[in-house]
This record gives sequence, structure tokens and C-alpha cells, in this order.
Amino acid sequence: MGLWRLKDGDNKGMKKFFLAMMAALIGANASAQFRVEVSGAGLTQFPIAVTPFKGNDGMTQRMANIVLADLERSGQFRSVDAGGIPMDENVRPEWPVWRKQGADALVTGSISRVGEDRYEVRFRLWDAVRNQDLGGLSQVAPASELRHVAHRVSDWVYEKLTGEKGVFSTRIAYVTKSASLFNLWVADSDGEGAQSALSSAEPIISPAWAPNGNQLAYVSFESRKPVVYVHEIDTGKRRLVSNFKGSNSAPAWSPDGKTLALTLSREGGSQLFLLDANASGQDPKRLATSTSIDTEPVFTSDGQTIYFVSDRGGSPQIYKIPVSGGNAQLVTGSGNYNISPSVSPDGRWLAYISRVAGAYKLYLQDLSSGQAQALTDTVADESPSFAPNGRMIIYATQQQGRETLMSITVDGRVKARLAGRIGDLREPAWGPSVSP
Amino acid sequence: MHKWILIWALAALLGACSSPIKLNEVDVEDKSGQAAAAAAASGGMKSVAPAMASGTADKKSSVAGLDMTKDGKGGSSSASGKSAGSAGSAGSAGSAGSGSISVGAAMGAGTSGGAGNTVKALGATDAGRTIYFGFDSFVVRPEYKSILEESARAAKAGKIQRIVIEGHTDERGGREYNLALGQKRADAVRNELSLLGVDDSKIESVSFGKEKPAEIGEGESAMEKNRRAEIVIR
Repeated sequence: MGLWRLKDGDNKGMKKFFLAMMAALIGANASAQFRVEVSGAGLTQFPIAVTPFKGNDGMTQRMANIVLADLERSGQFRSVDAGGIPMDENVRPEWPVWRKQGADALVTGSISRVGEDRYEVRFRLWDAVRNQDLGGLSQVAPASELRHVAHRVSDWVYEKLTGEKGVFSTRIAYVTKSASLFNLWVADSDGEGAQSALSSAEPIISPAWAPNGNQLAYVSFESRKPVVYVHEIDTGKRRLVSNFKGSNSAPAWSPDGKTLALTLSREGGSQLFLLDANASGQDPKRLATSTSIDTEPVFTSDGQTIYFVSDRGGSPQIYKIPVSGGNAQLVTGSGNYNISPSVSPDGRWLAYISRVAGAYKLYLQDLSSGQAQALTDTVADESPSFAPNGRMIIYATQQQGRETLMSITVDGRVKARLAGRIGDLREPAWGPSVSP
Repeated sequence: MHKWILIWALAALLGACSSPIKLNEVDVEDKSGQAAAAAAASGGMKSVAPAMASGTADKKSSVAGLDMTKDGKGGSSSASGKSAGSAGSAGSAGSAGSGSISVGAAMGAGTSGGAGNTVKALGATDAGRTIYFGFDSFVVRPEYKSILEESARAAKAGKIQRIVIEGHTDERGGREYNLALGQKRADAVRNELSLLGVDDSKIESVSFGKEKPAEIGEGESAMEKNRRAEIVIR
């Protein structure tokens, strides 16, 4: 244990011993704790090491593990074993050791208690190729928010090294079914730290995040029919926004948060309507009229177009329609069962579920070329939802007979099973990036 | 230490086994009650999930046990000290999260719900008549004519206020799309009742999609029982 104090030390002999110890520990401490699955050859991933944060020992939340799992899940990083010896942000790394280990970058850091339930987290990112300090941050938070701080560290590192926004500190919503109880959870993007927003003896489906990141619309069957609520997460207050005669379902927010698109059967059949998200007692405006099923509307991020599912052509397919109404245009090309559209924020990709030979698979279509391909080899995929940076998709599937949540990169190469509550996990929805 | 726990557990187990007659009686009573309800509900047809055969229609009173205590971390994120490690408690209603709401509902026949949750079971005689559909079918088959006529007669005679038709699908496919398919089944039954002269304002057709299977299981026989519309008279 005394070795850890070497951070400031200039005792050469001890330092050598420290390095030897580290080399010995490297490899012994394989990162088996991550549930990340990499498939396909020739994947270029950035090799990065994250040492345990100094002062983190004995605490519930292991910053290094959380950061590393985040980065690995993104598919753009490969974990390099850091050997298990804590290093704080002020120790200049022994470059040759890290290069030998194959790390192109290194994250070191510390946690110190600075008051009653106040912890200061500091970290620094090092470029092990150019032997450079790439900067870092410090943040003070209560113990209950240390996971979130770790996700912010991941976001910062991700953005520094890829040039794109990280999504690790965003939230997800999902539903569990356990025995005869349904729960709507709000959790960190890795599925951890879940808090129950709603607990019900009846099913809950189709949670949808408001763009402000603090409201969820969802369908609840608690009144013996599907109705739509808008639920404020911080306060737990909720509002019944759609309880028209017949079924009320499939809510989707416009990007400005003012409008909800949803499916109502009030005029017969399942048809698309628009509703003011903040008013009550209003008349919903009909978006499209067909004699077939129209459902699962989603807005594009410019708010101009709505993608939805319709069986107007004889089988369920994904169409798009201007938000002002007009002609629907077929989007999906092949297959006779294509449902549950999710459009990437940049409008480039459409993720959806396609039934092929009786198997329900996550598909991705390039919206400019129309090319589509299966991303998974599972058979019961459901409910894809894009991350706000468009790099990953969260979806539900079945493994060993249980419903589970997975994240997958848009190239389909890196998949990870998300942590979560016990029971069947389903209906994932990835929340927006909200500035702190 | 462990040994003592083991011995204690064994003793408890034996204690439980030593009263088999009592346990048995309770069990049988429950079962027969359900069977009677199911038989009455289906009118001798295939068995109906008892869970669907009862429930309360009162939307407002079904929300019970609100727990809106904020955990005092003003405005900050969801990051919480609770990790998956505490997952064991996930099964309990209203686990105290910030702004968590518990909804005690309504459809579990037989089970009297959790503490504070009002479960009002309708009598078995009010329970739904069930119409089954073929795979990918939304056509009401002629064999259900008598069920429809009986419901229509009751409605027209003013004996009942309202008919709710609840459409269901089997478990294959997406939840929302199945909701729309279940709606199609409910609407088909509703049309039949309209044709028999029932006032449209008295009928509401809704869907549960694949969310409330009558029978759990992947086999074709389970799926046959799940592709259905239940006529619930209120």
C-alpha cells in the first residue's frame, strides 16, 4: 500500500520497483468486468489505458472502470490494461511503460473528500504517443453523483480524442417487467443508477424523451386502456395528455418540444395525430388519413418530416410524410415487415426492425442510398433508439429467454449488454444531450 | 455461523412441510375459484385469462400510493448511489426513487394488490366474452354470432351502460404495431355490434396489443388463445 505514495517520490529505486510491480500486475488484471462484444476483423480502435483513480479505493463507484466501460462501449476505443495501480492526475506517466503496453493515451486521476458528502474528482488525459499532457478537469459532487461524474469524464475524453460529442452522461429510459409489476426507469446511459419513475401493475410501453431531457411521454394501461401521460422526471408529476375514446399510443416529441405526434383510434383504425404537448382539453389535429394502420411516428431532428409505420401497401413498411401533411412516401425497400423507425439526429440513418424468415432483427438503412443491412444476428430485436450523437443505437432483444437491453455501434461492430434491474428489460429510449 | 443459519432454514422448511393439509386446502380453493371465473367468463369456450376477467374502470381512483418525495439532489442528474447491486428490490412496488409514482391497478383478478392499491374485481358474470382470431386475421368468424347477439340484446335492452371491446394479439412482432393490430380486431367486433343495432356511443374498442396474453408461451396453442377480442360489459 505504501507504494502508492510514490506519486511524488523521487526515489529511483522505489520507482523501478513500482514499475516492475506494475508490469507484473498488468495482464493479471484482465478487464473481464466489461460486457463488450466485438465482432468483425480490421476494426481500428484507439488503445487507451485508464488507471484507478487515487483515493477511489474502497468506494462503491470505481471511476476507472466506469470510464473504460463507456469508452469501450462506444466502439472507438480498446482498453489497455493499466495494471491496477492508482495514479493521480499530477504524476507524469512513465512513457516507455505505457508505450510498451500499447496505450496511445492514458487517463489518470484522483478523488478526495472535501466536505460532508462532497468529493472532488480530478483527472488528466495524456497523449502517450507524443508524451503530452492533453488537459483535464476537476469537479465536486456528492457520492450519489460520482457515477455521473465518471460519465462526464468519459464524455470529455471521448470528445478530446474523437472530436465528437460524447453521450455517456446522457440518460436512458426503459421498462422492466418483474413478476406482475411494471416499472419505468430512468438510468445512466450504461443502464446503471436506475431510478423508478413509475411503478404499475399494468403494462407501460413506448417511453419517449422530451427534448428538454426532463419529461417522458409514455403509454400506460393502468386505466384498462392505452392512454398517454407526460411525466416530469425531477418532480414525479405527470399529466394525462391523451385519453381519447379508443386507444392512445406511440407518442413522439417534436424537436422544439411543443408538439406530440401520436396514434389515436378515436375516429376508427389507428391513425396519426398531432397534439399540443403543453395544453390540455384540445382537439388533436389529424396528420394523415388512410384506411390502413398508421402508427409509430417519429420526427426528424429538423422537425419537418415524420417517419411512421403503415400497412397501406399490404404489409407494414416505413413511410415519411411532411409534418404539414401531404403525400406519404415509402422509405423501406425490401422485406414484408418493417417497423419501429428511429432516425439518426443527422438524418443520415434509419434504424428499424425487420422481420426476415420469422426473425426480428435490427436493421440500418442509409437514407441517401437506400441501402439497408442487418446489424444483429439475434431473432427478437425491438425498439431501436439512436444516441444523441448518432454513433450508437440502444435496442431490446432476448438472450437466454430473457429480455435484455443492448447498445450497438452504427457499424454493427461493437455490442454491449447494458446493466439493469432484474426481470425483463424492454422499451429503451435514449435521452437527449442536455448541457449541464 | 453459517451452520446455524442452515439449521434454522431447515427447521423453517420442515415446519412449512408439516402442515400440508392446510396449504393444500388453500391452494384448491384458489384454483377452483379461478376456474369458475374462467368458465363463466368464456361461456364454456376456451379458457379466458382470469386477469382479464375483472377490473375497475375508474381511471382516477386507480392511482394510489403516490410517493413523490424528492431525494433532495436539486435539479441534478439521475446519477445515483443506487447501483444494480440493489436490484433485488426491483420487484417491490413503489421503490423509493425520486419522483416515483406507484400505480395500483386494476386487472389482477384474485390477487388483492399491494398495500394501498385499490383492486376492485368485477363479478365473474360481468366478465368478457371472447372471440378468437386466426393468424394475421381480423375477421369475426360466424361461430361467434351467438356471443355477439347476446351482447347486442343486453345493450339494446338497456341492461348495460357500456361495452368495451379489448383487442389482443399474439406475442410476435413489435409492441406498437401489435397495438394497432389488436385495435383492428377490436374494431372488427365493434362493427359487428353496430350492425346488430348497438348504439355506437355505447361501445368503445381499445387494444392491449401483445401486452396482456391470455396464455404465456411460445407454442401455437398459446398464440391461438392470445389472438382475441374480449367483450367486456360494464
